Amino acid sequence: MSAAAWRKITIAVTVHLAFVAIWWIAVIVGDVPEYILPTPWLALTTLGEPNYNWARHFAATTQEVFGGYILATVVGVTFAVLFTWSRRLDEALMPLLITLNMIPKVAMAPLFIVWLRFGIQTNIVITFTICFFPILLNTARGLREVEPELLDLVRSLKGNRWQIFTKIQLPGALPYIFSGMKVATVLAVAGAIVGEFIQSDRGLGWFMLVTQEALNTDAMVMALLLVTLIGIALYGAVIALERAFVVKDARVE
Amino acid sequence: MRALNSLSPNGESFISLKNVRKVYRTRTEEFEAIQSISIEVAAGELVSIVGPSGCGKSTLLKVLAGLHPHDGGEVRIGSTNDPFDPARDIGMVFQQPLLLKWRRIRENVLLPAEILGLPRKASRERANDLLQMVGLGGFEESYPYELSGGMQQRAAIARALIHDPKLILMDEPFGALDALTRERMNLELLRIWVESKKTILFVTHGIQEAVFLGSHVAVMTAGPARLAEYIEIHLPETRNLDVKTHEDFGSYTRRIYALLDLR
Repeated sequence: MSAAAWRKITIAVTVHLAFVAIWWIAVIVGDVPEYILPTPWLALTTLGEPNYNWARHFAATTQEVFGGYILATVVGVTFAVLFTWSRRLDEALMPLLITLNMIPKVAMAPLFIVWLRFGIQTNIVITFTICFFPILLNTARGLREVEPELLDLVRSLKGNRWQIFTKIQLPGALPYIFSGMKVATVLAVAGAIVGEFIQSDRGLGWFMLVTQEALNTDAMVMALLLVTLIGIALYGAVIALERAFVVKDARVE
Repeated sequence: MRALNSLSPNGESFISLKNVRKVYRTRTEEFEAIQSISIEVAAGELVSIVGPSGCGKSTLLKVLAGLHPHDGGEVRIGSTNDPFDPARDIGMVFQQPLLLKWRRIRENVLLPAEILGLPRKASRERANDLLQMVGLGGFEESYPYELSGGMQQRAAIARALIHDPKLILMDEPFGALDALTRERMNLELLRIWVESKKTILFVTHGIQEAVFLGSHVAVMTAGPARLAEYIEIHLPETRNLDVKTHEDFGSYTRRIYALLDLR
C-alpha cells in the first residue's frame, strides 16, 4: 500500500478513536446518567451478559441484511438487463416500477408481515424491496451509457448483440452497478431493522425494543453499534468487490 | 515510397462511388445528408475528405462502413483482384479514441479480433507488433487512463489494424488533439500508412491536414451536401513537414479555401 493510503487509514482510525474518546469524556464530565447514555465501555460490557443472547440476534439481523441485499442485487441487475434486451418490456414496466419506487417502502412493511407472517424471511423481503430500486435504476442507466460510435465500431465488424452486451455494455455498466449497490447498503440495514421493529421475535432491532422497555440503554447502544458493524461489513465487502472488478479510472464516485 | 498504382491491373479502382445519395428520414421530414458524391479510390491510396460541418463527410464513412444503407447511386468496394469482405475489411478510427476503460491497451487492440473470432494467439502477437509499430511498445499492459490523448489515439489506430482490414475509415481522428501532437500524428499516420499498405479514407476539417496527407482530396460543401471537387495532389513522394512550405502546397490549400468560400 502506498504512503498516501496509509496516511488516509491512519487519519480515519484516529478520528474514530477521537469520536469514542469524546463520547466517553462527555458522559463522565457531564455526569450523564447511565440510562440516558452509557460510556462506551459500559455498552461493551453488556456483551458479557448471557441472557442477552447476542449471537442469536446478531445472526438474525445479519441474515436479513445480507439475504435481502444479495437478492436485491441479483434481481435488480437481472431486471435491468432484461429491460435493455427488450425495449417493449422496458416501455411497459419501467413507468410502473418508477411509480412503485415512490411508495415509501417502510410503509409496506406492515403489509408484508400480514402477507408473509413475521420472521427472518419476511424481513429479507422488506430489505429486498428497499434495496431493489437503486440497484435496478443505476444498472439500467449504466447499460444505456454506451458511446454510439463504439456501437458503430462493433456493428461495422458485424458483431452481434450478445457481443455488444458482454464486451461493452455489461463491463461498462459495472461501475454503475456498484454505485447502486453502495447506495443500497445503507438501505439494507434500515430495511431489516424496520421489519424487526414492526413484528419479530429476534434480531438486533427487536432486541432494542425489548431492552428499551427495561431502559437498558447500555444494551440498546451496543445493539446499535452491532447494527452499524453489519452495515460497515456489507459496505466493505462491496468496496472490496469493486476494487477487484472495476478499473480505478472507471469507478463512479 | 508511395505505392500509387492508381488502378488495379484490370483497370478497376478499389472504391467506386457513383452519384451516391443518402437521405435520413424522420416521421415528418426528410434530410438529405448527401446529395451526390462520385469518387474513385485506388487500392493503397490515402484520400482526405474535407469540408464544413454538415457536408455529409461522416455520413459517407457510415455508408462505406455498411452502417447505413445509401438511397441512390452505386457503392462498390473491392475489385476482382482485391475482394472485399464488409465484416472483416473495415477498420474504424473516430475523433475520440473510445478505448474500453476496463481493458488494458493490448486487450483494447484485440477487441475487433475477438468480435470476428480470430485465433487468439496469432492475434495477440499481431497486437504486440502493431503496438510497436504505432510507437506504444511497452504500454501493452497499461490502462487507457495512463496514456495521453495522442497515445490513446495511436492505440485506436492499432485496434483498427488488428484484423488486417483492407480499408481504414478515419473520422477526424486527430481533431481532439493539440496542434503539436496533431502534427506529429500526421507524420506517424503517413509512416503507418506506408508500412501497412492500407487504403485510408481520412475525414477532417483541417484543410492543410487534408492536403498534407492525401494523394487525393475530396472537397465537400454543405447545403446541399455534395462533392465540390476531387483534387489529385502532386507533392513530393516523401512527405515531411518541408512539404508544407512547398509552393504547390500553398496553391492546393488556396484552391480548397476558394471552393469552401473562405478567402
